[in-house]
Amino acid sequence: MTQKIRLATCSLAGCFGCHMSFLDIDEALISVADIVEFDRSPITDIKHVTNCDIGLIEGGICNSDNIEVLKEFREQCKILVAVGACAITGGVPALRNHFELKECLEEVYLKGKGVVNPQIPSDEELPLLTEKVYPIHEVVKIDYSLPGCPPPADAFMELITAIKQNREPKLEYALRHFD
Amino acid sequence: MPQKISPRKIKIDQQDIPFSEGQSIMEAAEQAGVYIPHLCHKAGYKAHGSCRLCTVKASGRWVSACTEPAEVGLQVENNSSELQSQRRAIVQLLFAEGNHHCPFCEKSGNCQLQAVAYSLDMHDAHFAHQFPHRTLDASHPEVLLDRDRCIQCELCVRASKEHDKKNVFALSGRGPHTQLIVNSESGKLKDSEIEKDDEAIKVCPTGALMNRSKPFSVPIGQRQFDNIPIDQQSTGKSGNNEAQP
Amino acid sequence: MDTNSDSNLLKALEAESWSLISDNALNRFQRSPHHALQMLIYLQAALGYIPPALQRQIARDLQLPITHIQGLVAFYFFLSAEKLGTYRIYISNNITDKMLDAATLTECLCQQLNVSLGCPREDEKVYIEQTSCIGLSDQGPSCLINGLSIPSLNEERIRQIVSLIESDTELSLWPKSLFETSDSIQRKGWLLDNTTSPGESLRQALKIGDEKSLALLEKSALRGRGGAGFPTAKKWRFCKGTPAEKHVVVCNADEGEPGTFKDRVLLRQHCDLILEGMTICARLIGAELGFIYLRAEYLNLLPDLEKTLQKWRDNNLLGQAILGNEGFNFDIEIHLGAGAYICGEESALIESLEGKRGIPRNRPPFPVSEGYLSYPTVVNNVETFAMAARIFGKEGDSFSQLGTEQSKGTKLLSISGDTPKPGIYEFPWGVTIQEIILASGAKNTYFVQVGGPAGELLDQSQFKRTLCYEDVATGGSFMIFNAERNPLEIILNFTQFFAHESCGFCTPCRVGTQLNHQLFEKISTQGAAPSDIEKLEELNLLMDRFSHCGLGKTASHIVKQGLAQFHKKLKPGDDNWSPDFDLDKSLSTARKLRIIDTGAN
Ligand SMILES: Cc1cc2nc3c(=O)[nH]c(=O)nc-3n(C[C@H](O)[C@H](O)[C@H](O)COP(=O)(O)O)c2cc1C
Ligand code: SF4
Ligand code: SF4
Ligand code: SF4
Repeated sequence: MTQKIRLATCSLAGCFGCHMSFLDIDEALISVADIVEFDRSPITDIKHVTNCDIGLIEGGICNSDNIEVLKEFREQCKILVAVGACAITGGVPALRNHFELKECLEEVYLKGKGVVNPQIPSDEELPLLTEKVYPIHEVVKIDYSLPGCPPPADAFMELITAIKQNREPKLEYALRHFD
Repeated sequence: MPQKISPRKIKIDQQDIPFSEGQSIMEAAEQAGVYIPHLCHKAGYKAHGSCRLCTVKASGRWVSACTEPAEVGLQVENNSSELQSQRRAIVQLLFAEGNHHCPFCEKSGNCQLQAVAYSLDMHDAHFAHQFPHRTLDASHPEVLLDRDRCIQCELCVRASKEHDKKNVFALSGRGPHTQLIVNSESGKLKDSEIEKDDEAIKVCPTGALMNRSKPFSVPIGQRQFDNIPIDQQSTGKSGNNEAQP
Repeated sequence: MDTNSDSNLLKALEAESWSLISDNALNRFQRSPHHALQMLIYLQAALGYIPPALQRQIARDLQLPITHIQGLVAFYFFLSAEKLGTYRIYISNNITDKMLDAATLTECLCQQLNVSLGCPREDEKVYIEQTSCIGLSDQGPSCLINGLSIPSLNEERIRQIVSLIESDTELSLWPKSLFETSDSIQRKGWLLDNTTSPGESLRQALKIGDEKSLALLEKSALRGRGGAGFPTAKKWRFCKGTPAEKHVVVCNADEGEPGTFKDRVLLRQHCDLILEGMTICARLIGAELGFIYLRAEYLNLLPDLEKTLQKWRDNNLLGQAILGNEGFNFDIEIHLGAGAYICGEESALIESLEGKRGIPRNRPPFPVSEGYLSYPTVVNNVETFAMAARIFGKEGDSFSQLGTEQSKGTKLLSISGDTPKPGIYEFPWGVTIQEIILASGAKNTYFVQVGGPAGELLDQSQFKRTLCYEDVATGGSFMIFNAERNPLEIILNFTQFFAHESCGFCTPCRVGTQLNHQLFEKISTQGAAPSDIEKLEELNLLMDRFSHCGLGKTASHIVKQGLAQFHKKLKPGDDNWSPDFDLDKSLSTARKLRIIDTGAN
């Protein structure tokens, strides 16, 4: 690959922690900038992903909007990567899976302490919540997963370098952590 | 040990492994320092055979190494890429079946389930997560039972019965509804005979049963499996879930 | 069960006199912890449920951990800790029942009784649930009501049931005709034509002596009829050869393979032969202890079985010094199952006999060396014992003139599905699938499932294959499907069966059977993407190789064969890859809540 790698990122039901970790590669960021150009991501103003080499997805699926974005990423990215515990397992947001969706909404909007004007938001503009929070591999095909909460910066480096060098990314033991 | 003229042997991946009468493939392997991935087996306890992670191909048959007796001439395939990837799938099934949130689990780094996942190069659960509704028992001031993390290996059941002589735990239910229950009037740990130093708690390979009295005493990053893969740690010690001193 | 003690127990239940109830149950069963399951079955029948406080009492009285009793109640499908209802109806959901429109009838029943499936009615009167095949595929759709079977359900019978329930008619006063099942024997042969009178075979065995008897059985080359086909004489010899204080004979009457009902008919029509086979076995291996493990679904056979046993004792064919032979003591006790297919697996069955959850044991040791309470134990199928006895009877030696090289004698088949003449057929081994279909009068047959969901799916191209251990082995279930049937629906029914019946002991089966079923559920509505097929293949190879027992191993067959056979029938999805769940459906709750909410405003 001689051209720069076009890379898009987004955070679905996540906390941007994985993004922070990615940016935490210190001076390596400069060498990344040499091989990567950013499409949609929090550091650009691009709203829709188009024609990318790599898509990095942080966070799981908790609503209809997440599904749309994820599908768009899948369509537009040659390689799609699940980044971090939430994308891979549902993570913290998936704790709501201990309850029924109805219970969750009722607790928050109808019965919870301190609720005024109880009603479940029903604006058409609002995305619909999914029954449960899902890992993204259950919704689209994922090519690689970078585990960790967040994944270590070196894991991102290995992924990008490997793809640049046209080889399979290999996470050494120290990069294979779930916490 | 006096040298026998012709010790009884099996072959594991081309390596001669001696064994003595009555030993399982697993026991022979452990004695020789050969690692066969496992979760429900622990030296000193009766073979269980439920996690199926130690499945090997022994002279053409798929068997669990922990329950299969070693026999002269047995040819055992253990560390093949086919077996390792199928074992990875078994671990993936266990992750998909429970609710494992490693980032905020106190066992992380000392957890054998996680450790075999690392060692087998597992990055995600691959299968559909089941997100079961299971209950937590936080009734006891010093012991926690988080069923979300239980893999139903029955090590605690065996340890409580055989070692602690208490019988605090048992499996109940059937199929996917199988769950660990507590032997007390209320069904809660607080009313049971459990004590924080019971072997039953120490043997738990996951974060399902934990001593609550010293959380995070070893920082993340310095825990038992954080840097040294489980397959490289002495096989005899496998099953000790406490961070190594 | 006598109604008198039942009503006393119900009174005690109302008064929450737990120790009284517990005492009653314990006394019925020698106060032995090995009878814990039998006590619970008895109480479930008498009280309709086993309240947690009672469970605790029983545990205390038996000096067992509370968890033991709780574990049993939660393991066996027909036991319950919650009050379900005065009338508990379990509708058989085998595919053959489904094909006879059991679904519509179930709906009908639920509607008329105003109850939803699996939820007790508010007045605690009725509970309706589905259950795995109850052994009446020849006269489905069928159901169990408080344990008793009702065959041939139709709208008329549903109405009748509803009115009996709503009028609070006690079950003992329901018309007998409702519970009448027929034996539907369609084709007799060497076994079913038996004319040897009770005791004759046993006398013959006693006459020729133990060694010659075993040799005779060996020469007959009888193999087990429960599915695996292990040589019977060899099994008996192994057991006999293991020195122990006691030996045990167990008759496996768990008949859980969906579509099978031949043991039911044998138990009704040839009970003598079965008892005789067991008694001969006891003589040859030196056993004093015998059990029949009868599946819960065959509760209606219990009274007659007990009567026959008593007749045997009265005739000194059972008991002390049988037929005057000093030292030949043997008796048989019937244990009931409680709704668990896995308890047909011999080591799980033994666990169940010991009063435990039915979890298959590790092998070795095999039951012949360490079985019931660690005593060497022979476990044989109902049909095996009947055949063994028949071999000692009139012209018993003609047995080995029938069949093939490796499979001597005849086999009972339970034929159901798309045939005008469902029922029991006895054929010599070696008969072709085609010949069987022809004999059953089935037309337009598309494929057959031989050996139940765990067996083999054979399409027309395989109808020339033969029934025998060398080719298509079977425990006896033979389900016929014509061209109008949707194969996917059939596979889905089987994956559901395994998901429901997995005992949960080992990882690949406990999780794999669930995932199999979920994937097929998705495929049946959304079509199959190559990614689904790949996942199924991976999963089922894993189950086949890594499972602890035969259930998990064989649960993979139908998926593998189904994929191979019906690849084209699996409507392909839009993509190469398809989500693990229905995306649109996952939004439906939120959508509904939104509508309700806006509607309220
Ligand atoms: C899941 C499973 C269910 C079984 N169910 C039955 C059954 O219902 N009846 C039966 O006779 N054998 C059943 N078997 C086979 C028994 O384990 C055992 O092989 C048989 O009872 C031996 O008797 P036989 O040698 O006379 O066939 C089952 C096996 C498995 C693995
Ligand atoms: S028990 Fe182990 S695998 Fe499960 S959440 Fe805790 S650390 Fe992770
Ligand atoms: S609590 Fe731990 S030791 Fe006990 S069964 Fe669960 S995972 Fe095994
Ligand atoms: S294969 Fe299935 S039924 Fe058999 S032991 Fe495993 S979980 Fe239980």
